[in-house]
Amino acid sequence: MADFKRPLPNLKEHDTREFWQATKDGKLTYQKCVDCDTVVFYPRHHCTACLGSNLSWHTASGRGTVYSFSVVRKAEHPFFRGQVPYAVAWIDLDEGPRLLSNVIGVDDPANDITVGQRVMVEWEIHDELALPLFRPA
Amino acid sequence: MVSQARDAAIVGVHEYPSRKVDGKVSSMQIKAASAARALADAGLTWKDVDAIYDAGEGGGGMSGLTIAEYFGLKPNVIDTTAVGGSSYEFHAAHAKRDIAAGKARVALLTYGSNALSQAMAIGTGGRGGFGTHPAENMDSFAGMTLVSNYAMVARRHMHQYGTTSEQLAEIGIATRLHAMRNPEAVAAMTALGFLDIRETTIDDVINSPLIADPLHRLDCCMISDGGGAVVIAAADVARDCKKVPVWILGSGEATKYPENGGDITVSAARQSGPPAFGEAGVKPAEIDIAMIYDSFSITVLTLLEDLGFCKKGEGGAYVSGGRLCFDRPNDGPALNTDGGGLSSNHPGMRGIFLLIEATRQLRGESTSQVKDARLAVAHGNGGMLGSRHSGGTVILGRD
Repeated sequence: MADFKRPLPNLKEHDTREFWQATKDGKLTYQKCVDCDTVVFYPRHHCTACLGSNLSWHTASGRGTVYSFSVVRKAEHPFFRGQVPYAVAWIDLDEGPRLLSNVIGVDDPANDITVGQRVMVEWEIHDELALPLFRPA
Repeated sequence: MVSQARDAAIVGVHEYPSRKVDGKVSSMQIKAASAARALADAGLTWKDVDAIYDAGEGGGGMSGLTIAEYFGLKPNVIDTTAVGGSSYEFHAAHAKRDIAAGKARVALLTYGSNALSQAMAIGTGGRGGFGTHPAENMDSFAGMTLVSNYAMVARRHMHQYGTTSEQLAEIGIATRLHAMRNPEAVAAMTALGFLDIRETTIDDVINSPLIADPLHRLDCCMISDGGGAVVIAAADVARDCKKVPVWILGSGEATKYPENGGDITVSAARQSGPPAFGEAGVKPAEIDIAMIYDSFSITVLTLLEDLGFCKKGEGGAYVSGGRLCFDRPNDGPALNTDGGGLSSNHPGMRGIFLLIEATRQLRGESTSQVKDARLAVAHGNGGMLGSRHSGGTVILGRD
């Protein structure tokens, strides 16, 4: 069977490239508005609360909580078809951002993952970036 | 009931009967064939149409240009709002607004899709597509299928409110009951190779295979070909049409998207519902027919709550005991009396069928007719319920 690859982010996308570049150094980053302190995530070049565009980058601890999850049993994409059953999840980072990822490192995703479970980032290393996956903390 | 502005009405509808065209018919041909039949249903012709509404599913980019030419029309109003499956509720709302403003007299809405023929893996593909949007660039590595997107709403709903898979199953049971009474839905399930075409039970649903936990196969809509058309006319035109007018009494529209700390059990309907009911001057308890976008069972449960049929979190109890079946008119509204996306058709963006079946009910033409049905709500959900989506609410009523 061919070795199908996981789809990877585009490092040239204008709003999110800084986020993905930081993953090379194992940094899970998010933005805050310097003017009004709003957490902005996914990354942008403007504040979604005030009219400002003065955003600062911060590094998250990598700790978070499973907000919700599903175990995918059927997928058509050739990479993910080979991964089933796998868990997709919304992860609430302790610093506020919510991101979509996978929960890994469990024997049985259907029974070993719960809403509210504490998780920790685990990087999946690729050539030009790393992907923030999560495992139970 | 407060006084309602009756300035625009649905006067013509057509649902393309085939759900499996085997690649022999294009989406544009489905749109044109449906438009001609809907105009004939109204007693109007192509020449009467002066406003066109199109979501771009047939001809790709700049559909406002290409669809007018394809139909041979020279409309004065061109609206290409494209917000996924709810586009047609947005179009109906905009048509009423444009007619009330005196910009148009006869509006044409069309939909055509050969999603099945093109073997589109809508539900289980790697993910829904939003081009090169930055949000997609954050999400796409995780392999969230469409089904798992909705499943995460169901999981969170279960966590917050104790909702069960058995309660979710009630939605598919009601729509299947209605589908079995609709010959076109039975033909659709037959053409699509459904294994067991009959009324279903809670056990049938929860024993069907998990596609993305906690959603089972029978919590998910079908993928079909299909299409349809709706004609909306100004009051003076409507009163001279062949069928009784089905008035557009109120509308609302909204979008919703992932927010840090947000609640994914709440949909865009929370924002689009109140202005629609308010404009119409009616309450959810007065609604006879609930045409609610049933891409998945959890979609209906969430939307019923957000539209105010019950409190947030009480949807599981609300839908239980067959309350939504057409033969229980004193208990609540009848849900998706054509069989819905779960059991009649789902070519990708099925919002137009909500308007079509609501119109049939208010005319007395449904195969699961609710006696003396007077008020209907059509609520479309476009995009993905668990992340970015649109909600369009339309309240319909007869004289």
